[in-house]
Amino acid sequence: MSDTTRDPAIDLECRELTKYFGNFCAVDNISFSIPAGSFFSILGPSGCGKTTLLRMLAGFQEPTSGELSIKGRSMLGVPPNKRPVNMVFQHLALFPMMTVGENIAYGLECQGVDKALILQKVQSVLERVGLPDAINKKPDQLSGGQKQRIAIARCLVLEPDVLLLDEPLGALDLKLREHMKVELKQLQNQFNTTFIYITHDQSEALVMSDQVAVMNNGKFEQVGTPQELYYSPQTDFVAAFVGENNRWRASVRGAEGAVLELELPNGMTFKGTAARKEAFGAGDLVDVFVRPEAIMLSKTQVDTATFDNVLEGQVDCLLFDGANSRVLVKESNGNHEVNVTLPQTGEFNDLQEGQTIYLGWQQAQAKCFPARDFSVEE
Amino acid sequence: MTGHNHFRLGLVLLMAPLLIWLLSLIFIPHIDMLFLSLSEKVAPRVYETGLSNYAAFFNEPLYWNTFARTAVMSILATFLTLLIGFPVSYYIAKMVRGRVRAFLFIMCMIPFWVSELVRTFGWMILLRETGVISSFLVFTGLSEGPVELLYNDVTIMVGLVYTSMLFMVVPLVTTLDSLDDSLVEAGYDLGGNGLRVLRKVIIPHAMPGIVSGCIVVFMLSLGNYLTPVLLGGKDSMWFTEQIYTQFITRFNWEQGAAFGFLLLILSSLIVWGGLKITRQTLSNTMG
Amino acid sequence: MLKFKSTLSSVLVAGAFLATSVSGAQAETLRLLTWGGYAPDNVIELFKKETGIDVEVTKSNNEDMISKLRATGGAGFDLAQPSQDRIAGAQFEYDIYKPLDLSKIEAGQFISSMLEGTKSNTTVDGKIYGVPHIWGTSGLIVDKSKAGSVKDYTDLCSDAVAGKVSYRLKRPTLIGFAFSMGMDPFAAYGDTAAYQKILDAVEAKLISCKSNVKAYWSGGDALMNLIRSGEVTAAMAWDTGGWKLNQDMADVTFVAPKSGALGWIDTFALPRKTKAEDAAYKWINFVMQPKIAAMITASAGNFTASKGADEYAEDALKARFQDSFPPEAIDNIKWYPPVPAGIEDLEGKVLDRVKAASSN
Repeated sequence: MSDTTRDPAIDLECRELTKYFGNFCAVDNISFSIPAGSFFSILGPSGCGKTTLLRMLAGFQEPTSGELSIKGRSMLGVPPNKRPVNMVFQHLALFPMMTVGENIAYGLECQGVDKALILQKVQSVLERVGLPDAINKKPDQLSGGQKQRIAIARCLVLEPDVLLLDEPLGALDLKLREHMKVELKQLQNQFNTTFIYITHDQSEALVMSDQVAVMNNGKFEQVGTPQELYYSPQTDFVAAFVGENNRWRASVRGAEGAVLELELPNGMTFKGTAARKEAFGAGDLVDVFVRPEAIMLSKTQVDTATFDNVLEGQVDCLLFDGANSRVLVKESNGNHEVNVTLPQTGEFNDLQEGQTIYLGWQQAQAKCFPARDFSVEE
Repeated sequence: MTGHNHFRLGLVLLMAPLLIWLLSLIFIPHIDMLFLSLSEKVAPRVYETGLSNYAAFFNEPLYWNTFARTAVMSILATFLTLLIGFPVSYYIAKMVRGRVRAFLFIMCMIPFWVSELVRTFGWMILLRETGVISSFLVFTGLSEGPVELLYNDVTIMVGLVYTSMLFMVVPLVTTLDSLDDSLVEAGYDLGGNGLRVLRKVIIPHAMPGIVSGCIVVFMLSLGNYLTPVLLGGKDSMWFTEQIYTQFITRFNWEQGAAFGFLLLILSSLIVWGGLKITRQTLSNTMG
Repeated sequence: MLKFKSTLSSVLVAGAFLATSVSGAQAETLRLLTWGGYAPDNVIELFKKETGIDVEVTKSNNEDMISKLRATGGAGFDLAQPSQDRIAGAQFEYDIYKPLDLSKIEAGQFISSMLEGTKSNTTVDGKIYGVPHIWGTSGLIVDKSKAGSVKDYTDLCSDAVAGKVSYRLKRPTLIGFAFSMGMDPFAAYGDTAAYQKILDAVEAKLISCKSNVKAYWSGGDALMNLIRSGEVTAAMAWDTGGWKLNQDMADVTFVAPKSGALGWIDTFALPRKTKAEDAAYKWINFVMQPKIAAMITASAGNFTASKGADEYAEDALKARFQDSFPPEAIDNIKWYPPVPAGIEDLEGKVLDRVKAASSN
């Protein structure tokens, strides 16, 4: 093995990894590498192949083809108990008949660590996850969040090169989930271990990750920082799946470099940008994505000098949700609906349905992809 | 209050058939047997109350040797059944799904569609000196002459294990079925090898099934009559055979009843001891 | 005690009890507790045609008959057929039979010496409990081509037949070995100490003989299989078994042992709570007719106490009988005297010890 040629800072590397179940391709020729110490998320709807990918990393499934290496060492044919990775299972899989202490000690015993040292390590890891008194409790005496921390402690005490997390927050209620997101990120910083986190919840992925891979139909659509995914989606799927978006089908009337002149079926015209800078000709159909928060809302006429696109419409529906409040605006001379974020500056608190309102957005915020029919289901 | 009373009455009525059944078929005969076992025959048609029938068990090495032999063989049969039944159950519960699973389960049950007598005769046809296996060995030249595989303790063991297998597999499949696959995977993932996962994760989870299966198989083996009598050799003594002999061929009902009670008490003691050793309780095993 | 008996019966012989209590409701049914072959279907049919009485047969053996009748205090059956030596002791101990009314039996149909012998052997307190039906012997079944050297019970322990021997662990074996060893157990019946001494000697012999034994048989069919397959070449058994085998295997036949075959007579006896006494007497008189008796001989393989039935018996059977029993062997038959109460307990312990002994 030509270990020396590999970047030592890369913890995990996959090349052309493929997994077939019969004729069904669950993971399709995926290549990626994860730098040491980073928080890497794989985000995708259910059935996209992310769980299969994770189970290949853990060793529960062997890839049909491709290469998988951890710290430069090939993992092909290495059984799960011999891999320097550990996994936090979706339902945590704490051993119900053992105490918390025995759960954590289990992996150390497998490594043949000295008894006294085990106790010391167990206590120290329990302190680090903030549950120093839990050692003699049974898992069913713990709350959801506590179980979570124990499941992570059970893995981290083994100091794995990579920690795999299989949607561990899925079973928690909303408040706790929000809290655990922060806590997971802190734990990752504290232990400085590479985390690979799979989820279908984009918020979990965006909040915690250094890098996110958006996965669909067995392929990675885009790999990047949360900001890159959010601000510059490279595919229509990413644009639709990550964050909220207005999605319109429009036809191209004219192109000027990346800037496109677009027309909606109801005759409304506006400007957009080809997201991948590809060339479009007149008559091409495109899908346009405009984020609700990229649209400026105004009670007075919007200045066309400051915005590439302006629109006059009526408030159709108010969707109040605190900081996530939205307003549906219906265009005045068509039936086109636009979803706009309601700024919480106080200015729009008295907004009424039916009221006339003005919208404006930059052409760069209207990202255009070749038209394609697909649905995004979590 | 009246509602409560109605409920009580309903419960009593519901339970009545069961209670009558238990009382008339189990409890009353046992009381009779108890009295019978306590009567000593001093002369023809003359009986006295006393413990001599029980004393006979302890004073005559023949009897308690027979019991000890029966108990040891039953424990061994239970252990072997567990040893064979566990992988079978694990395979049925965890490795296969759907139709294959139902098929395997039925395969385990098919032998029980014929009577125990027929099953035992089946073994005799296979194992006797002029039987199928012996003839096959001679035919293939693996053995020079006919081999007698019947009439020894190994044959009894084969018969007992075969007869008991289903009663081990059913509780084991049930408990193993409830074992979350991710627990097993976690056991491997954290660095455990197969043996450790078996010992630390699978067996602790399956313990109630193991214990209840073992109790049933042990009791069935201990109380088995046909298998040891038909497959056993000229040296084989089985305690139930001794009870049968006392009742039927010796007309010594008093002794037979005492043996019956001793079997009940001693086997209960063995089960109790087994539960203590494995630190299980009957309630969490059966519940 | 009576209460115990009635309840125990429901557990022990629930099947028999249930069956009989149901059929007891019908008037004209004779519930017969007998041996296999003693009441063949063709005889039952003729009896039904003549008298209109149904016969319900329960196959059994000596011990089983006593157990069944003891469990019910003599109820459940209308007529039983225990061996003549097993009546007096069982009656004395468990009171399960009813004295016979000899005026209802046609004495002229019986071979008179056999009738008188049975009457005296089944007398308790001056009352008679049995009349003879079928007689036979037990001795040796030998495959003459392979075990021709076996002439007496003790020959079963010779090296020539090691591992090819089978016998029952029951009292006839003890008695047969005792005679073969030159002792007379029947003479010691009345003397428990002397009898125990004989038993001790037989016990030692049987234990040392154990390594010769292939298996102790318990059912006639099992023994037949052992001999047919050639796994056993010499066994202790009833004469009929040997004759039956002789039909297919010319070398195998019954051999009267040198020390004497053991003679038994199966009888008719009335259970104490018989419900069809008249039918029982009708059956006795019916089957003792020479022609009917010959039919039973054909089915059971043994001769009856019916006077003149020999004329109707098959020639082949007679020939086998004469082959097994030269005249001096007939004179040498040891007829079982009544078993005194108590000695079966002694025998039981000996049999247990033999079974438990290791055969090496």
